[in-house]
Amino acid sequence: MAERAQPLSATPGRAAAFVVAAVILGTLLAVAWRAEAGRGLGPSDWAALRFTLVQASLSAVLSVALGIPVARALARRRFPGRRALIALLGAPFILPVIVAILGLLQIFGRSGWLSHLTVSLGLPPVQIYGLHGVVLAHVFFNLPLATRLILQAWQEVPAEQFRLAAQLNLGPLAMIRLIEWPVLRRSCPGALAVVFAICLTSFAVALTLGGGPRATTLELAIYQAFRFDFDLGRAAMLSGIQLLLTGCTALLALRLSRGDGFASGLDRALQRWDGKSTLAKGLDTFWISLAALFLLLPLLAIVLAGVGGLTTLPSSVASAALVSVATALGSTVILLLLALPMAAAVALGRGGLIELCGILGLAASPLVIGTGLFILIRPVADPFMLALPVTALVNAVMALPFALRILVPQARSVVARYSRLALSLDMSHRSFATMVLLPRMRAQIGFAAGLAAALSMGDLGVIALFADAEMATLPLQIYRLMGAYRMQDANAAALLLLILSMAAFWLLDRGGRRHAEL
Amino acid sequence: MKHLIFAAGIFGATTAIADVPELTVYTYDSFVSDWGPGPQVKEAFEATCGCTLKLVGIEDGAALLARVRLEGTNTDADVVLGLDTNLITVAKGTGLFAPHAIVADYTLPIDWADDTFVPYDWGYFAFVHNADTPAPTNFKALADSDTKIVIQDPRSSTPGLGLLMWVKAAYGDEAPMIWEGLSDNIITVTKGWSEAYGLFLEGEADMVLSYTTSPAYHLIAEEDASKAAAAFDEGHYMQVEVAAKLASTDQPDLADQFLAFMVSDAFQTIIPTTNWMYPAVTPASGLPDGFDTLITPEKSLLLSADEASALRDKALDEWLNALSR
Repeated sequence: MAERAQPLSATPGRAAAFVVAAVILGTLLAVAWRAEAGRGLGPSDWAALRFTLVQASLSAVLSVALGIPVARALARRRFPGRRALIALLGAPFILPVIVAILGLLQIFGRSGWLSHLTVSLGLPPVQIYGLHGVVLAHVFFNLPLATRLILQAWQEVPAEQFRLAAQLNLGPLAMIRLIEWPVLRRSCPGALAVVFAICLTSFAVALTLGGGPRATTLELAIYQAFRFDFDLGRAAMLSGIQLLLTGCTALLALRLSRGDGFASGLDRALQRWDGKSTLAKGLDTFWISLAALFLLLPLLAIVLAGVGGLTTLPSSVASAALVSVATALGSTVILLLLALPMAAAVALGRGGLIELCGILGLAASPLVIGTGLFILIRPVADPFMLALPVTALVNAVMALPFALRILVPQARSVVARYSRLALSLDMSHRSFATMVLLPRMRAQIGFAAGLAAALSMGDLGVIALFADAEMATLPLQIYRLMGAYRMQDANAAALLLLILSMAAFWLLDRGGRRHAEL
Repeated sequence: MKHLIFAAGIFGATTAIADVPELTVYTYDSFVSDWGPGPQVKEAFEATCGCTLKLVGIEDGAALLARVRLEGTNTDADVVLGLDTNLITVAKGTGLFAPHAIVADYTLPIDWADDTFVPYDWGYFAFVHNADTPAPTNFKALADSDTKIVIQDPRSSTPGLGLLMWVKAAYGDEAPMIWEGLSDNIITVTKGWSEAYGLFLEGEADMVLSYTTSPAYHLIAEEDASKAAAAFDEGHYMQVEVAAKLASTDQPDLADQFLAFMVSDAFQTIIPTTNWMYPAVTPASGLPDGFDTLITPEKSLLLSADEASALRDKALDEWLNALSR
């Protein structure tokens, strides 16, 4: 059977997916291959699996369930500072874990602001430690992501459809049925899968807020297998289970999120006529305020804790910041080189396996990837000399699932709308990519690049496995400051990291949307 | 700036070939940080050895040992610095380490006679609290009180494992009961020391598992006398940090020289105010001012390396069972 003519080639995408799969599965195999006889999986590992599944499912469902009304409100309303708010709401997602935990506990902890409030009202302090604390923290991290992913699906509805809906005087129920339900159907399964996969590999957050070894996750079991028992076989097996779980979830989500895109529009400025009732306005205000309070208060705590020490930061923190910025830039470039061809290949309809490869980055245990890379690199090069490039590569692979969630829907609709025209004009693959596809995906590319840069900046990643005395990224330097009792400096360095990450995100995201509406 | 230049070197050019011998020492990350002993140790050793000292930081003691096992006999390390007594038996079992011939006048509270590992500092585990609040005087009193503590997970943290051994050394078969009693005092368990100490400083807990020397940091570096370590009358478990030469080293003489330097005054004077531990050999200049204010436990507890290794898995099971209810 002859292949249908396509405006683009899927080969670069396949190659990129192969690279990603090689990094993730190759490192896993390297660890397994290096294993000596171990004791296999025990009852405590199964308990860890159970807890991991429960907390990840709850966290994913809650993050997306809350993300829907927030995204809906943000999609319907225009107010001063809206863009800044949307950018700021993304901050929890890119914070180093330890910083976020401390910020969260300043609000919800036993001596946090909320507890002060309840105690002054004669109530006991807030009890944060337990499964609900784990879920709360994961929602804090992932609500912004879920909101952004859903919001983006909303923005992909052409302005003409809202105009038409207004002309037809559609009621709220008809709006839900004809426009909003398809939006959610397209975006929610993917968002659920991504948040689920992120929470699957949670370790420090789950343990600290879970209140003890009841909250043992798979990632902690991997850590234990590797560090406590030096049982590489068990570490590889547990990591394989994580990958399998994520893979199954991803496949399910991809199946569920198949839905027709919206017809094309003329990219005119969006104007909304629906949701004008007082009730709708009140509800939207409520959801936006709630999300802003929940996400911004811990950030405020981090800012307040760090601002005093910002001017007296040691110079080594500044140089670590430069290293981090360089790594983040490298990581962003690698990410785009991988993600764009993969998104294009998925959009051409050859995507199942490629999308699967893309999402696996979330489920890969950083410890296993780092160790595997170490085993693989060591025979050919000095791993310490390659610490930064390796960190950039791993960060890119970890950010890839988010990037694909962001890029694929738009790539799909661009290909659907313009491929026949391009073929009839006999456009070359190259012209289609540079003149049609990329310009139309500018907003999504900016968002994906911003997210990748910020994530890479904030992630401790594999640098801890490779670092030597001469070189540290900012997150590593924060851990070092804390390890040296210097909590003040660590707080200030964390604030610096927050500022840098947000700036990187803002610049790239903004750059992509210079004329676009969001 | 040196970081940037270094980073540029990594991305691009090959490194210059060293014309002086290089000694590679693997250690934990906080040792090599700008605030740890690393920079001063490097400077002091390089002033005498005619060599380059390359310090490589790898998370903590457990990760350090895992790394050396991973690399096996073709490891780049000549010396590993930063294991403790809980890891010694496993480390010896790998056959990767070589015996030493160091003789020193150790000022440890115990006798040291290990043929492979040389101690360089030590400390007592202790619960640190705010000096203005009263603290319980033993584990049973702690369990009966409503004092809230934060501890580290023994599976991922050295102090966490130390606490496990502390309770085991003090109470033996009664340890599970002690843990059950403590379970409602433990507000949470963290991955590592930094998280736990951070939570304590934020006021989340009344006490945190750390070292008797922790208040010295606040006193000396911050001129803050508000922190104290609680003296427990069961005795305090010790952590002795050790180093050893790799059998596979290509710089055996330099490695021996480093180990000898490690127990000399030049190295030992650096330890107290950078690693915030007691030096293994008290230098001629004595301990820094402020260390005299620290509590001195009446009894030192330490399981032998073999006992610790034999009891480890059982103690972990007891801990998990008591706290997972």
